[in-house]
Amino acid sequence: MAGRHLSRRRQRAHDLDSERVLIEVEDLTKNYGSTVAVDHLSFDVRPGMVTGFLGPNGSGKSTTMRMILGLDRPDGGHVTVAGRRYGDLPWPLREVGGLLEAKSVHPGRTAYNHLLALAQTNGISRARIAEVLELVGLTGVARKRAGTFSLGMGQRLGIAAALLGDPGVLLFDEPVNGLDPEGIRWVRLLLKHLASEGRTVLVSSHLMSEMAVTADHVVVIGKGRLIAQATIGDFLGASSNSHVKVRSPQSDALAAVIVSSGGKIARMGDGALEVSGLSAADIGDLAATRGYALHELSPQTASLEEAFMELTDESVEYRGARSGES
Amino acid sequence: MTIAETGRRGDDRWAGRGQPPPGHYGPIQLIASEWTKLRTVRSTIWTLVVTVAAVIGIGALATAVTAAHWRSGGIADHIGFDPTARSLAGLFLGQISIGVLGVLTMSAEYSTGTIRSTLAAAPNRPLVLACKALVFGAVALVTSEVITFAAFLLGQDLLKGTTPYASLGQPGVLRAVAGAGLVLTVVGLFALALATIIRHTAGAIAAYVGVMLVLPLILQAFPVSFQHGVIKFLPLVIAENMTATRPAVTDFGGAVLFSPWVGFLILCCYTLALLAIGATVLTRRDA
Repeated sequence: MAGRHLSRRRQRAHDLDSERVLIEVEDLTKNYGSTVAVDHLSFDVRPGMVTGFLGPNGSGKSTTMRMILGLDRPDGGHVTVAGRRYGDLPWPLREVGGLLEAKSVHPGRTAYNHLLALAQTNGISRARIAEVLELVGLTGVARKRAGTFSLGMGQRLGIAAALLGDPGVLLFDEPVNGLDPEGIRWVRLLLKHLASEGRTVLVSSHLMSEMAVTADHVVVIGKGRLIAQATIGDFLGASSNSHVKVRSPQSDALAAVIVSSGGKIARMGDGALEVSGLSAADIGDLAATRGYALHELSPQTASLEEAFMELTDESVEYRGARSGES
Repeated sequence: MTIAETGRRGDDRWAGRGQPPPGHYGPIQLIASEWTKLRTVRSTIWTLVVTVAAVIGIGALATAVTAAHWRSGGIADHIGFDPTARSLAGLFLGQISIGVLGVLTMSAEYSTGTIRSTLAAAPNRPLVLACKALVFGAVALVTSEVITFAAFLLGQDLLKGTTPYASLGQPGVLRAVAGAGLVLTVVGLFALALATIIRHTAGAIAAYVGVMLVLPLILQAFPVSFQHGVIKFLPLVIAENMTATRPAVTDFGGAVLFSPWVGFLILCCYTLALLAIGATVLTRRDA
């Protein structure tokens, strides 16, 4: 039920908005001295889905995100958010929320006061502060100084700040960095949920595996240049042996449904199914509509990592000397 | 509460999101935010406590000691005695602590990284700086005026009965006492502007102390005739002249100084010029 409801809502969001471009990066260039951080980069980000922004460390992801938020000045090209230059947004936090990689909280200020100072800049109510604190699970520590927070709590506070203005466009720079598995799962769910509400979600990562389970669309860059821009499906399809590992107590019945929906099945020795031709989301939806329990639903992304490494191999800025190469 | 629960109304909320308030963010929002930022960190309280303690405490100490030594002291203690200046003896240290607060108000944004969330929330950078300076300036002005008048009244009370003492009705006294509060405010803003340009706490404090206190010392290495030409432009000299009831000519070997208000105006010009440079570099640089 829940699954069907979500996908219908998602579909509606797509129908409404998929033609709109909420973040438009055009021919963006940024130099630091003689180093080119971002090199004539162009891509679009659309609403209603999670767009993964992938690239090795140092490939220019953070710089690009800072330029989208109007923090760094491009040396060439331009960026628009919700159809405007960032600096022209009348109430920036109500349009765009950003979580940047580097912490940006005064350690001596409480979580509540940090959010209050931000909320006031955009005329956001105190009720909304309580709402976002509740949403990220920091209500109990709202009056504690941010300097006492763990990495995970700090990340949650950053996410609360991004959500403060209930913005339609959200940028997250490496949101799962340093989080424990529970925190990672929470962020994934949140990102998908925000996208399902019709928002535009751009999330950067240097981990392909992370994006494979979160993103609907990917923008891959290396050395500041665009390498690929595709739906995650196309990206998956580019790899012939990609599949999803599925475990279910009703695996025979589920297998029949999967085959009738166009998926291909390979049975593994331990009772798991290896499904190709359908995404994990498709299989999850199928199982949900039939009421089958799923004990495992995991996209096997080893080949994706390989594809990613291959794509970005030549764009890795810094790498250690490879063994066997002397 | 799970994400799904809190966001249940999200779809409709966002698709048909209520109109944001008319107009756009501006000084009213930013002043409220800067006030929150200033009052919610401990360094503000501490630097203000030090400023209050320095100006009132040192003034009280200096006047009490003066009164105690007046009868046993010789003519050297009596010549040129200015009861107003004596009660404002803590001003020197006060200028440093208020300067530290001015620096921290801006440099903490850089050291903690909050400058990025600040500027993402309000991309009009000169306006952000103006509102920050306004809030700091208002806090500094109220605090400084209260403590300089308190130091003066307490000091005169301690002197009364033993030594000559001043009252606000005497020539130049009101200007000196109120001027002391004005000077503290303006040098605090001077420090805030330096921090905007330098962006590092230690560097900005060093620059501030250098300009305020070390520059006069360096000047002593130059010929006296040269000193006389430039000494009247030094912030410290302007500050001392503004807060003395008589022109402080004797302290500077006969150099002709600006009148107190002209000097103060020049100090204001320095500060405005630094703030303008600060606004320019803040706009040009990456956050």
